Amino acid sequence: MSARTEVELAATVNGQVRAMDAVTGATNALDWLRAQGLTGAKEGCAEGECGACAVLVARPDEQGGTRWTAINACLIPAASLDGAEVVTSEGLGTPGELHPAQREMAVRGGSQCGYCTPGFVCSMAAEYYRPDRRACDPGPERGPNGFDVHAMAGNLCRCTGYRPIQDAAFALGEVPDDDPLAARLSRPAPAPRATVLDGETAFVRPAHLSDALAALAETEGAVALAGSTDWGVEANLRHRRVPLLVALDHLPELRTFEVTPERIEIGAALTLSEIERALAGSVPLLEEMLGQFASRLIRNSATLGGNLGTGSPIGDAAPALLALGASLVLTSVRGDREIPIADYFTGYRQSVREPDELIRSVRIPLPLLPRSSFLKIAKRRFDDISSVAVAIAADLDDGVVREVRIGLGGVAATPLRAVAAEDALRGRPWDLGTVAAAATVLASEGTPIDDHRASARYRAAMLEQSLLRFHASTTEGVAS
Amino acid sequence: MSTEGNALADRPRSSVVGIEVPHESAALHVTGAALYTDDLVGRTPGVLHAWPVQVNHAHARITSISVDAALAVPGVVRVLTRADVPGINDAGVKEDEPLFPDEVCYVGHAVAWVLGESLEAARLGAEAVEVAIEPLPAIVTIEEAVEAASFQGTPRTISRGDVETGLSTARHRFGGELQIGGQEHFYLETQAALAEVDEAGQVFVQSSTQHPSETQEIVAHVLGLRSHEVTVQCLRMGGGFGGKEAQPHGLAAVAALGAVLTGRPVRLRLTRSQDMTMTGKRHPFHASWEVGFDDDARIVALRTTLTADGGWSLDLSEPVLARALCHVDNAYWIPNIELHGRIVKTNKTSQTAFRGFGGPQGMAVLEDILGRVAPALGVPADELRRRNFYRDGQSTPYGQPVRHAERITQIWDRARETSTFEQRAAGIEAFNSAHPHRKRGIAITPVKFGISFNLTAFNQAGALVLVYKDGSVLINHGGTEMGQGLHTKMLQVAATALGVPLDLVRLAPTRTDKVPNTSATAASSGTDLNGGAVQDACRQIVDRLREVAAPLLGVAPHDVVLADGRVSAAGGGAELSWYEVVAEAYMERVSLSAAGYYRTEGLHWDAVRMQGSPFKYFAYGVAVTEVDVDGFTGAYRTLRTDIVHDVGDSLSPLIDRGQVEGGFVQGAGWLTLEDLRWDASDGPARGRLATQAASTYKLPSFGEMPETFRVEFLERARESGVIYGSKAVGEPPLMLAFSVREAIRQACAAFGPVGHSVELALPSTPEAVFWALTAARQAQAAGRPAPRAEPEAHAAGSNGLLDGVPATPVPAEG
Ligand SMILES: Cc1cc2nc3c(=O)[nH]c(=O)nc-3n(C[C@H](O)[C@H](O)[C@H](O)COP(=O)(O)OP(=O)(O)OC[C@H]3O[C@@H](n4cnc5c(N)ncnc54)[C@H](O)[C@@H]3O)c2cc1C
Ligand code: FES
Ligand code: FES
Repeated sequence: MSARTEVELAATVNGQVRAMDAVTGATNALDWLRAQGLTGAKEGCAEGECGACAVLVARPDEQGGTRWTAINACLIPAASLDGAEVVTSEGLGTPGELHPAQREMAVRGGSQCGYCTPGFVCSMAAEYYRPDRRACDPGPERGPNGFDVHAMAGNLCRCTGYRPIQDAAFALGEVPDDDPLAARLSRPAPAPRATVLDGETAFVRPAHLSDALAALAETEGAVALAGSTDWGVEANLRHRRVPLLVALDHLPELRTFEVTPERIEIGAALTLSEIERALAGSVPLLEEMLGQFASRLIRNSATLGGNLGTGSPIGDAAPALLALGASLVLTSVRGDREIPIADYFTGYRQSVREPDELIRSVRIPLPLLPRSSFLKIAKRRFDDISSVAVAIAADLDDGVVREVRIGLGGVAATPLRAVAAEDALRGRPWDLGTVAAAATVLASEGTPIDDHRASARYRAAMLEQSLLRFHASTTEGVAS
Repeated sequence: MSTEGNALADRPRSSVVGIEVPHESAALHVTGAALYTDDLVGRTPGVLHAWPVQVNHAHARITSISVDAALAVPGVVRVLTRADVPGINDAGVKEDEPLFPDEVCYVGHAVAWVLGESLEAARLGAEAVEVAIEPLPAIVTIEEAVEAASFQGTPRTISRGDVETGLSTARHRFGGELQIGGQEHFYLETQAALAEVDEAGQVFVQSSTQHPSETQEIVAHVLGLRSHEVTVQCLRMGGGFGGKEAQPHGLAAVAALGAVLTGRPVRLRLTRSQDMTMTGKRHPFHASWEVGFDDDARIVALRTTLTADGGWSLDLSEPVLARALCHVDNAYWIPNIELHGRIVKTNKTSQTAFRGFGGPQGMAVLEDILGRVAPALGVPADELRRRNFYRDGQSTPYGQPVRHAERITQIWDRARETSTFEQRAAGIEAFNSAHPHRKRGIAITPVKFGISFNLTAFNQAGALVLVYKDGSVLINHGGTEMGQGLHTKMLQVAATALGVPLDLVRLAPTRTDKVPNTSATAASSGTDLNGGAVQDACRQIVDRLREVAAPLLGVAPHDVVLADGRVSAAGGGAELSWYEVVAEAYMERVSLSAAGYYRTEGLHWDAVRMQGSPFKYFAYGVAVTEVDVDGFTGAYRTLRTDIVHDVGDSLSPLIDRGQVEGGFVQGAGWLTLEDLRWDASDGPARGRLATQAASTYKLPSFGEMPETFRVEFLERARESGVIYGSKAVGEPPLMLAFSVREAIRQACAAFGPVGHSVELALPSTPEAVFWALTAARQAQAAGRPAPRAEPEAHAAGSNGLLDGVPATPVPAEG
């Protein structure tokens, strides 16, 4: 590693600057906060599932201001908070002076054992401060105050059964003008800091892509980090330790978003929440996929680069991007190259990406096929990993299948295109006969396995059903 | 006796019980200020961290443990092994649970513990410990255990009447099987302990435990100490649900042993995966059954054998089985009955208490039977249930009269009315005929749950109430707080019994040096028992204060009334403040503290014959649930639940509602979502829990909450002989969740022909539901009215209609 000057790492927590001593790249933010005596955030799982560790960080919004964003402290390295502003449950209010979210939770019976509560309060506060939260007619999973229940989908409570927590969330009013955290929103988020932490597990956050690529190339075994939602699980549960972590989350080159008549290009290090906001529903298939992807807490950190970077066969982005006919831009010291996503995966958690290459962006060609559907099969409705995912995009003009692309996840060692089923559909009339025949073909694509999530038989059946369901949705308006 | 009972149950005119107050720690919870055991670590200097050496074999003999390499890891301070135990090497009270075993009995069994300066050092040390083993054959499933005759504990039978005749003369006879899944507690706070030794050698253990006295007892016997040398404190728990009734002891003992041996504080907190792989769960059960009905669809006879999967050691399996057998009847009169129960020993975690304590598994059997056979009997399931309810004067199979049996029907009818069951059922029929790919179902199910520990001796409690000279009050009791609101209720009870405002009373954390020999906070009995003890202590003080106040007010002591912080004569007139009377009592040298004691009267239980009246009373409830099932995937949503529940006269309505709702959702999780999968293959992972993390073991989240959720308490429900007329509420509501599973069954049936009987795996996951509705669709396509033809009445030796159809369609482990 090249010589670097040591600058002490520090984060502002609840308004107080706290130096990070005794921190290595392997120390997660939750452990660090708790070691500071801030024991409000708890560990319930250490893998991003329970939200007991949730805290707020000040992140940039699209208008040059700040957004209070709730994230899982258990998943990110403490060092990644260098320069950040963090608010924990302790910082929101005190027993004598409760924050509105805390007050509603307390008086409505929103806490029983109280262990999940600080995390819930943080998720709730983030939604409370969401600038586009507006009083509205309560819809499904949305309160009269515009509160989206999905903001808390990444928080588990074993005691309450959730009803009082939902009532507390829906009782929150407008944010008063003199609210100190609201006042913070109009000013820019803390500027990204180029962080260097040496040691056994070193951590760097380069300011530019070229530095990141160089750092990765220089150190054998270095790992790139975007949202750290996969990495955090590796580190906490499988105790993986590496010599160097290279944080990509602030790289401007990977945080682009561009729409041209030919395509939409999405930076690989944009968080999924940022992508949702940037797309604003313009790609229905992605909107449907992202709505079922993990939880808001995870989507606030997770990226497309990380989702494709793992090469996981059960990632949700790949099937959707396959159906969209997307391609990936890979970048390295040698320059950029574009690879159709259908050619990207080569084997179980393997891809054509060279070890020193990063995903720079995802390109989605325009125009989109007009009809689409994303079917995610999981045990639980909110925040569960797919046992099978099926993404379908089609042009069904005049009742004929003009074009169709089907992306599958969870049925083979890699995500794949259901080529045979597509062939059984393409050019044929969009009627039940064609669909039923193609559904049978679809059911035999891939080589689904039995595991704790689902049986192979069920996975195959879900492939078949996905097409029948899509057909029903186009003819009867039946959604999920 | 009866006056005693009334004093216990009667509420004074102005009472603090019955008022809606938030949890006493709510403001601390929401601000993160509330401390849990592991939050103390950063506040304890010099603490060592413990990490287990887990062996990933289902069954093996340990031939050697070598710790040298571990001790060479930087930061490792000590490795604890069997040789270090000065006392009894057992984590339980049955001597079948070695704390440091010679034999690995399940995948993940901890055989040694490493203490390190940091958690990372301890973990790396544990990785370096070499454990040599000789593999032994392992038993993983209930069927394997039965085949190998691998049983533990004593089999039990409850019987009444003549089942053989009942079955052979019944007009309709059915038989079948049911696999009942277990459940992980998934208390959000994993097991934790922090142990220290003071200058006098007193061992102080802070433990996340529902049973501090037993934790104390076991720490003492492991260390070879007497109980007075060990103090256990539980600040509060981040959930317990029964999982911290027997499981924390061994972990506390390891921490204490480490503290004694190193002279430094030792912290032990399990990670989620350690907790899931090492600690016991709700028992999986298998049930086989035969049932007979008469022409009016009344149950004539039932015979069932329940086989509980106890795991590697007995733990609480025997009392769990007893409660399961005592709850098969649920709310139904069964004249001829034979209930057999046995416990198998398998190479799994030692299954333990979990909210309901076997009751849910027992009830699941009959509720499943009724749901399955209703179509074959040609009677709607709700009608079949109502027709078979207990009537006044009838008694349970174990001989306890069913007091207030009329409440079942009363609550049932009320729930039907408030939920507009009739209209909605009709609406659902219309919806279903208009929607080929989506069906709705509605179901109503009852709960009758016996309150008290089955074992009579456990039904006692103590409390300590201290009044200080300034009039402020501090109470201690033997119960622990795990979120159920026990402390809140105890504050309300004390304020009511003393006649002071709530804010004058504080509560100190549960400690064994304040109240000794306590029972576990379990069996929903925490409030009944500790409330009785707190009230008793308060009454002693009040009686003394009356003596003090009487001459000042010029009335007889029994005419002195304490209420709202005022002390006055019953007939009015002069008035003193609480403060004045307390100060006067001190000056007159009248004691201002008292130890309270309570034991539940009127219980008797013959655990061998399984006969008696083990329960003080029954708690009743009824739930109506409507679900929507997606025919493409089997995914479902709970649209609405209406509950009418009997909590007696509620002590604390906000708390009680929380218990009802939380219990219901937890029950729904067990029945429809939570899926414990152990590897039953012959591969190297045999016996491994495949769902050992939050990412693979899914508990209910927001999406599983009923979209509309209404809870109502039975009115004018005063329970005489119980603290301020209330009833226990911790466990019974869990079983209201049968309504969810039965509603799913109704929805699946709607995919099939009229009269189609639906078999549904338990848990009824989307996959299980998909197979159930696929079977219904296939029956529809085949034009069959029902999966089998007419039930073969009187068919000798035949199990009838439903036999031979696997209850769990997809075993798919691995
Ligand atoms: C609770 C929970 C729920 C989840 N639910 C889902 C779900 O529903 N669906 C789903 O698909 N996934 C899910 N995941 C997985 C995970 O969130 C996603 O895979 C996420 O997109 C990863 O992004 P990240 O930025 O956090 O990746 P990181 O953890 O930062 O990185 C993951 C891997 O990708 C590499 N990487 C990161 N960025 C790049 C890049 N630009 N170029 C090349 N390589 C890169 C890293 O080196 C690393 O190896 C879940 C995870 C958790 C913890
Ligand atoms: S500890 Fe569970 S999500 Fe972080
Ligand atoms: S209050 Fe106990 S987990 Fe939520």
